[in-house]
Amino acid sequence: MTTNDRPVTGPIAHILSLAFDKNDVGGRRFLLILAVVTVAVPLLNMLPETSPFYVSTYTLTLMGKYLCYAILALSVDLIWGYCGIMSLGHGAFFTLGGYAMGMYLMRQIGERGVYGDPILPDFMVFLDWSELPWYWLGFDSFSFAMLMVLVVPGLLAFIFGWLAFRSRVTGVYLSIITQAMTYALMLAFFRNDMGFGGNNGLTDFKDILGFSLQADSTRAILFVITALALALAYLLSRFIVNSKLGRVIVSVRDAESRTRFIGYKVEHYKLFVFVLSAVIAGIAGALYVPQVGIINPGEFSPINSIEIIIWVAIGGRGTLYGAILGAILVNYAKTYFTGALPEVWLFMLGGLFVVTTLYLPKGVIGIANQVKDRYREQASKKQDQQMDSIKTENADTLSVEDPN
Amino acid sequence: MTIIQKQSTQRPSLPHPIKTIKLTFLLGIYGFLLAISTFAFAVPESTEPPPSLTNDSIFETALNKLNQKNFAQKNQAITEFSNLKDNRVLNTLIALKEGELFYVKKTKQIGFSEKKEALYVLTDPVTSKIIGEFKKRKIKKISLNNSLRTLIRQTIAGLQLSSQDKQTRLDAATSIIKKPSKDLLPTLEKAIALETDETVLLRLTKARAVINISDPSADVRLASVHRLEGSLLPEIRSLLNAMLIVEDDGSFREPSEEVRAAATIALESINDQVQVYKFAENLFFGISLGSVLLLSAVGLAITFGVMGVINMAHGEMMMIGAYTTYVIQLLMPNHIEYSLMVAIPAAFLVAGLMGIIIERGIIRHLYGRPLETLLATFGLSLVLQQLVRSIFSPLNRSVYTPDWMSGSWEINGALSLTYNRLYIIFFALAVLIALILLLKKSRFGLQMRAVTQNRSMARAIGIRTSWVDAMTFGLGSGIAGIAGVALSQLTNVGPNLGQAYIIDSFMVVVFGGVGNLFGTFFAAMSLGIANKFIEPYAGAVLAKILILVFIIIFIQRRPRGLFALKGRAAED
Repeated sequence: MTTNDRPVTGPIAHILSLAFDKNDVGGRRFLLILAVVTVAVPLLNMLPETSPFYVSTYTLTLMGKYLCYAILALSVDLIWGYCGIMSLGHGAFFTLGGYAMGMYLMRQIGERGVYGDPILPDFMVFLDWSELPWYWLGFDSFSFAMLMVLVVPGLLAFIFGWLAFRSRVTGVYLSIITQAMTYALMLAFFRNDMGFGGNNGLTDFKDILGFSLQADSTRAILFVITALALALAYLLSRFIVNSKLGRVIVSVRDAESRTRFIGYKVEHYKLFVFVLSAVIAGIAGALYVPQVGIINPGEFSPINSIEIIIWVAIGGRGTLYGAILGAILVNYAKTYFTGALPEVWLFMLGGLFVVTTLYLPKGVIGIANQVKDRYREQASKKQDQQMDSIKTENADTLSVEDPN
Repeated sequence: MTIIQKQSTQRPSLPHPIKTIKLTFLLGIYGFLLAISTFAFAVPESTEPPPSLTNDSIFETALNKLNQKNFAQKNQAITEFSNLKDNRVLNTLIALKEGELFYVKKTKQIGFSEKKEALYVLTDPVTSKIIGEFKKRKIKKISLNNSLRTLIRQTIAGLQLSSQDKQTRLDAATSIIKKPSKDLLPTLEKAIALETDETVLLRLTKARAVINISDPSADVRLASVHRLEGSLLPEIRSLLNAMLIVEDDGSFREPSEEVRAAATIALESINDQVQVYKFAENLFFGISLGSVLLLSAVGLAITFGVMGVINMAHGEMMMIGAYTTYVIQLLMPNHIEYSLMVAIPAAFLVAGLMGIIIERGIIRHLYGRPLETLLATFGLSLVLQQLVRSIFSPLNRSVYTPDWMSGSWEINGALSLTYNRLYIIFFALAVLIALILLLKKSRFGLQMRAVTQNRSMARAIGIRTSWVDAMTFGLGSGIAGIAGVALSQLTNVGPNLGQAYIIDSFMVVVFGGVGNLFGTFFAAMSLGIANKFIEPYAGAVLAKILILVFIIIFIQRRPRGLFALKGRAAED
């Protein structure tokens, strides 16, 4: 994370120069690949089914799902990789965003439900509810629902973070109470009385903004939107970590007390990153629901949140694009193995956890950089063989020191 | 009636010898635990009067009349039975009533039947010898009619009420209260006249009152109501309640106003008492839940609290303990009553060994990086779960509950404590005490505390810190294994057993204050009791949510838990 010393010509140019960091090689490669995929996949989907290059709608949706997970992983990397807060509750923000979207989609069903009630969703008719609970009001409007996608996870993160950071709950304790939070939410959403469909959650969605969710074109558009959201979230995160704010955040991670003594309000910085990360997770959830077509309380399960952590750890935390890579790799492996060798999958996932933490503290990106460094080292050794070669450590510029 | 049958239908009832298994164990804690458990779990030897030989012939002749088609013959047989004071007769009559008495079509031999897979095993009621195994169509049930059933009921009641054993008479009286019938009144009156024991007499008169409460005479009813005042049995409460019911036409079911008033007063006093007992019952459930929490959290208090290792595989250590119980029971099907005694040390060793392997293989590379330990052990928990799924199948396995652990201790009509929960309370406390003794009194405990407080200084004075680390982790895991044995008696043994308890365990440890066993005890008990007292108002799930929210808020106020360590040890 070297400083950007390009002369600043204006605030917008400054922002852009931070977001499109010229030293961020990995990021630029990632954006390029993402751009190609975003354009190519929907086009290939339009080919006739007989064509060898045809991408089925199933694959398209699957890739869209991976991209949602990637956004989620990005949000976790922002809070864990850069701020050192290991949140085991990010699944909760993701799911809350998903529920907000699900509620909108539920209201869109209208009279087409099994019971044909114009206002009440099926499960409420089934439970003999006579009117819509107050917290469902307004969700028939798309813009209100989208606002809630941002506000609900953000607000929860704000309240939770404000309480926790102010009383200096850190490290393991914070991880455990975030886990308790998502667990409590899971139990709460499982209850029928909560009015969120209980065990079954929200499903049977018909259309979004008048476009049928079953249509290939809608799916393709959702895919493109998800890809764009991922790119934007990446650029925003990159901008933040490269800005002065980002420096403070990293210093909170590496030496919290010192940062506080210098005079920074550590709590405010932590709270900012936590809320921002929760909002990004919420957006990921909102994009996820129309593509998979269901949201249920199982998504709140603490295991899901821990799984996100492992995506980031496997990809390489503190790099942003590493988290994205990790999310896609692990989920692809999950899809493949749960289909081909279901027995083996949990052994593999468990093994990945152990191996990554023991041998790959910097993740896949870390190995790539290590290999690159060694290669460079050898090259330079050959060049200056006469000179007393000083052994350079495998320091890579993007590496993250352990927050603990 | 159920209790009596449970005791008396165990026909070839073997006396339970009190056995003290003594084994010496590596960590010393074992002998102690075991002694406590054997002491607590021992069952008094049941004494049965030796069957008198002279009765055998009468019994047999009467018995053989039962396989006649003729109901009058059967009637005569049953009447003859009532003169015999023999436990076997009682058992025969109960079996007859329950439709478990069969005869072999060919030989006309009569026997108790017990279904064993596709075949029926017949046992001779006189000699308790097995007659043989038969197919369903080779045998026939001895049929009864209604008048015979009444006769049998009376005879059984008569036999039980005139039994030598005080407990049998008491139980017989209770069963009449639970299932009152006018036909039993003469038998009951006879028994009351002969009864000498105070408590039995009290119970018998109560039984008479229950029957008389539907007497046509208002005076008899009034006396009965007065007699029933202060009784806590739910049957009596519902009887009194029924008197106050208003019929559809506006009249009361109980015509006399005086009797109604008496019934109201009686009910009120009963309800007040019931409230008290309900409270006691909630408290018991709370303490028992607290003990389960304590058992599952105390191992974590060692690994997390003392070593600072976040062991997400802790739940799976409990699962391993529960599966060890299952395997031990498979290995010793003939001594299944004592399988738990063996399972406790076995689970400790298996889980403890597993813990040592985990510490040596994984955790020792991750000291000082608690968040990484969390990830690695979580991965491990997934592997262990899948391993169990692959070996034992993903379905729940059934673990046998020994007889002395099933059933409940009925203190009175409103309060009964189940034995398994009662034992688990004692067991949890025993484990906690043993652990505290181990930490405070043994050399290993001293070394462990030294390493926790100042690792480099401990090493400087010659303590093998890496060995202590491994043993400490093994101890924590071993205790989780013991907790698994206890849990196998309460819940289903399946691959997800551990997951259900892991979050709760962390909550308990964090709430109580890390590194403090007393804090863990206090936290487990208060959370358990709080949970059970919120439950009646909010429901089980909401109670749990409220507790979680409470802990989340509590941690904000006191980030180091209820009993935080102070001074140097608190800084990390």
